[in-house]
Amino acid sequence: HNTNSSRSVATFTPPHQASAISIIKSELDTSSDEFKENERLMGEAMARLEELTRKVQLGGPPKAREKHIARKKMLPRDRVTALIDPGTTFLELSPLAGHELYPEAPEVPAGGIITGIGVVEGVTCMIVANDSTVKGGTYYPITVKKHLRAQEVAKENKLPCIYLVDSGGANLPHQADVFPDREHFGRIFFNQARMSAAGIPQVSVVMGPCTAGGAYVPAMSDESIIVQEQGHIFLAGPPLVKAATGEVVSPEDLGGGKMHSSVSGVTDYLAVDDAHAIVLARRCISNLNWPVENKQPTTSSPNPTFAEPLYPAEELLGVASTNLRKPLPVHEVIARIVDGSVFAEFKRDYGTTLVTGFANIYGHRVGIVANNGILFSSSAVKGAHFIELCAQRGIPLVFLQNISGFMVGKDAEREGIAKNGAKLVTAVACADVPKFTVVVGGSYGAGNYGMCGRAYSPRFLWMWPNARIGVMGGEQLAAVMETVGQKVDPELKARIERESDAVYSSARLWDDGIIPPAHTRRYLGLGLRAALGGRNEVAPGETKFGVFRM
Amino acid sequence: SGNASSVNPITSLLIANRGEIALRIARTAAAMGIRTTTLYTDIDAASQHAKCAPHSLALGPAAAYLDGDRIVALAKQHGIQALHPGYGFLSENPKFAKACEDAGIVFVGPPAKAMADMGDKARSKEIMTNAGVPCVPGYHGEEQSVEQLQARAREIKFPVLLKSVKGGGGKGMRIVRTEEEFEAQLKSARAEARASFGEGGEVMLVEKYIVRPRHVEVQVFADRYGNCVALGERDCSVQRRHQKILEESPAPLLDDATRHDLWDKARTAATAVGYVGAGTVEFILDRDTGEFYFMEMNTRLQVEHPVSEMVTGTDLVEWQFRVAAGERLPLTQDEIEARIHERGAAIEARIYAENPEKGFFPDSGKLVHLKTPMTSEDIRIDAGFIEGDTVSEAYDGMIAKLIVRGKDRETAIRKMELALRDYEVVGLSTNIEFLKKLCRSQAFIEGDLETGFIDKWKDELFKPKHVTDEVFVQAALGMLNSQIANSMSANTMQSSPHGQTLGFGETPTLQNRKFAFRVKDDSSVEEGKLVNVSVTQTGRDLFKVAVSRGETETPQVYENIVSTSTSPSDTKTSLTTFFPKTRVESTLVRDPTRDDKLTIFQLGHKTELSLEPPAWFDKALGLKEMAASVVAPMPCKILRNEVEEGQEVEKGAPLVVIESMKMETVIRSPQKGVIKKLAHKQGDICKAGTVLVLFEEDAAASHDA
Repeated sequence: HNTNSSRSVATFTPPHQASAISIIKSELDTSSDEFKENERLMGEAMARLEELTRKVQLGGPPKAREKHIARKKMLPRDRVTALIDPGTTFLELSPLAGHELYPEAPEVPAGGIITGIGVVEGVTCMIVANDSTVKGGTYYPITVKKHLRAQEVAKENKLPCIYLVDSGGANLPHQADVFPDREHFGRIFFNQARMSAAGIPQVSVVMGPCTAGGAYVPAMSDESIIVQEQGHIFLAGPPLVKAATGEVVSPEDLGGGKMHSSVSGVTDYLAVDDAHAIVLARRCISNLNWPVENKQPTTSSPNPTFAEPLYPAEELLGVASTNLRKPLPVHEVIARIVDGSVFAEFKRDYGTTLVTGFANIYGHRVGIVANNGILFSSSAVKGAHFIELCAQRGIPLVFLQNISGFMVGKDAEREGIAKNGAKLVTAVACADVPKFTVVVGGSYGAGNYGMCGRAYSPRFLWMWPNARIGVMGGEQLAAVMETVGQKVDPELKARIERESDAVYSSARLWDDGIIPPAHTRRYLGLGLRAALGGRNEVAPGETKFGVFRM
Repeated sequence: SGNASSVNPITSLLIANRGEIALRIARTAAAMGIRTTTLYTDIDAASQHAKCAPHSLALGPAAAYLDGDRIVALAKQHGIQALHPGYGFLSENPKFAKACEDAGIVFVGPPAKAMADMGDKARSKEIMTNAGVPCVPGYHGEEQSVEQLQARAREIKFPVLLKSVKGGGGKGMRIVRTEEEFEAQLKSARAEARASFGEGGEVMLVEKYIVRPRHVEVQVFADRYGNCVALGERDCSVQRRHQKILEESPAPLLDDATRHDLWDKARTAATAVGYVGAGTVEFILDRDTGEFYFMEMNTRLQVEHPVSEMVTGTDLVEWQFRVAAGERLPLTQDEIEARIHERGAAIEARIYAENPEKGFFPDSGKLVHLKTPMTSEDIRIDAGFIEGDTVSEAYDGMIAKLIVRGKDRETAIRKMELALRDYEVVGLSTNIEFLKKLCRSQAFIEGDLETGFIDKWKDELFKPKHVTDEVFVQAALGMLNSQIANSMSANTMQSSPHGQTLGFGETPTLQNRKFAFRVKDDSSVEEGKLVNVSVTQTGRDLFKVAVSRGETETPQVYENIVSTSTSPSDTKTSLTTFFPKTRVESTLVRDPTRDDKLTIFQLGHKTELSLEPPAWFDKALGLKEMAASVVAPMPCKILRNEVEEGQEVEKGAPLVVIESMKMETVIRSPQKGVIKKLAHKQGDICKAGTVLVLFEEDAAASHDA
């Protein structure tokens, strides 16, 4: 009775089949010597960062902190805490900025300024808080750089800005590196004006001095709050006024909260103390008419139900190695970052030194581009292809960087590694979707470019404690120099090693912070929320790529 | 059944009452297929009893439940067959009963004649004495001059009790211990009685005062055919302000002979006045002699009737309808006794809107939060209110009755205590915490009862409790969690990395927040004290909490506390917290009208706290330091000022006497100081919170120093 069956039967394809073939199967042997050794070395690197960070979190020297508290002022980190919604996590940027940067001031904790992304009244905001316990909150060059970086993050991710101002202005001995250039002090106000023009709210809370150029932070804000008998705004303080005109005036009369709120109109709200000012700031944010966190983002809505990775994130400590010559099985990293360890790998068997594929992080769909060895022509072309797919579809990109560079040698050059590498660089540079970079190992040479280094404007760039960054490794560099007949400075190798260190990078703001490997998923999750929430929209197919040399 | 022809079942009913009793009557009526109509005054328009019946009629002003003519007219107008008066209001008014009879409405209660006989104290004693029911030695005559009454008192021997012939419920009642204070006490008793009962209230009787009395009463029921049964006795000795709060059946520590004697005498009493329906014969039992005396008969269903129902397995309201319809009593005395043997013991707690720590001062207000124990065969709640209702000062402050049955007295008491632990009320003061203490009192458990019980054991019963650290921890976590829940929906909470640690360093990037609570709990040792709680969130649902009770003490730190919570509404949070060594479940309720007021229910205890306002609050709100002052604790009428402006007073000195709920209360000075201003004069009506007395500020300041 099967005679008239001219058609075959279509297979029933339940969704779980697709996810079943996408689950990454971990091959990690947590009892192996290698794992244990990695874990031990990473543990040492982590302990060092733990110690450095704790020190930074204290802020300025004890005397300065005590004086601050004696004036009934809240410490800057407490101000940030009071400002953000309970239960939300503050995504601090570059806490190690300023570490061993200036010979005369080896410690400028956090660069004298706390910056980061926090949720205020449900609105994801950029918070910039001066720490006046650190050299009176004055701006070192790194302070300016960190302030500008925060504004850049705010601009790119459309985050309302809250400035908790408590600063003595430019650090005068460094004035040449703070004042005149394009990316110096003046850029802060330029950014405020441009962001305000772009509809990104600017709110400042004056909780201490705001002198000279600093006066423009509140003056350039959309709304300003000032604490009475504590916050002062003036173009010149009483000593300078006396020197200039002979006029003798108290700080409060010259630029106090009562005066500015009732006479000059420089500020809009008068607060009794820090706690009151923060309540007023929260109220300001609640009136921004800005999309709030508890509503789903308008585009790229994350899937509200998702699974945590199948494997413990803590195992990443034994996956990554501080010895960057050892290969790092990047699938094991991905398996510990993405939802349910589900990874739809693209071109799995082609150009295998670059792993590409789709996954979800906290319900947000992302495209992952991860190094799994040296970049060959095939892997570079595969990467460019995948980035095109993500740009076309409006899918954010996550780069897991562990790259010693593109392949060199006769064969490679004949294959056109230069033009194929350029394809990857072009694709990365042009892709108009939010990009996130995590340096999980080495970041060397042109590989840094192809894998969305700092110069390629990822929304955020984080480093693992073991990560190193440089043109090439110290040993290689010495070898190259020897080969080209240069006399090698015996100190050079050591210096290159030192300068490749993640802390060295983070102190100079080449990244947005060094992160515990086990927290990678959380950082990416918070970054995705910042990049996709609020008034952000990622439109598919908007990217215009440059010429791909074929 | 032999008289089937004379049985005329009730088919429609007007309930001339309010609150829990109206609801309770309606419940039985509905079960019997009787169509009910309830009445409501303006103030009661939204009350539960107005909603419970298919028909409800408006009466108008608050006092209209006493408007007998109006009520009879309404019953006639709507063609209602029968009327149940409940208790209080018109329930023992013979004229009203007569008016019903005259209008052809079946009055569900005794005949007007029996009611009148029992209502007149002097007459009732006479009838009782003739019937051989022992009465308290006393004078119930018409001679009302001070001298005459004093002479009688002397004959009876002091101490004596002065009581209005109209009286009940403790109003206009005075104990006179010596002859010297007789005149003054008489005057005061008369004034109060007149205020409570109106014209004729001042007519007093004098009785022997028994030093260690027990209040034992017998529930009787009689039908039209001369049958009368006793449904056991109730001990109602635990009283405050001469009003009962705990009632139980059987009465403890009573030998069988006395018990049967009580029943017999009660039946005799009812029969002597030709009683029909439900009634209660009250006796006073002298603990020192074991003698008992007839006090009075309440010719109505009483508040505490459920105790007898629970212990006899009956529905007395159903009996009332059946007897009123002309049926015979459903059970014989022997059957009832057998049931009592089988069913054990029952106890009732009256839950009042009042503050036991402040002399059981009545309270009123909105039931912001109301959670009641699970009811069952053995746990019954008769309530007139649900959450969101307002307990008005216009009527009695009883919120509910909780009735519990157990196989014996001890079990019943234990079950009562457990049930009370599940009884949560926020919005007004209640006696629930006090009732729990009563149930835990060894003397009470042993049955060592007398009407002066609360006074006798006051040290134990009012011993201030200690507020544990966990209460403050839970308060802080509850506040925090409700805000977390507010700022993020559960959905996004789960789908985001928020609430987890991030990065390197100590409690990285997560937050340490301080809470300052002030204990606002009259029953606590810590009353008025400030307790600081610092909460650090160390992960999602994971906290470290430090509690510091004073500058000098080292804070107690609780690490790795796992706390999860749900907020069923904006003002309520339920949280489950695993402390290092225990699990604690709490309910935190914030007063919607005062966000800083918190109530925490935890491990069967209630604690009230307030969140201390921040330092900037007063300045930002533009508030000046309020001058030291005394405010009216509740809506009241000013009876008199006891001090003059400019007068210097000591702490505790009487300042103003107010009247509220027909009770006098003396407002005493909270401090030593000089009176600056008396804000009100005699007769003024004041709202709760109105300033009554202002002190000179200097004095207040020096007092603080």
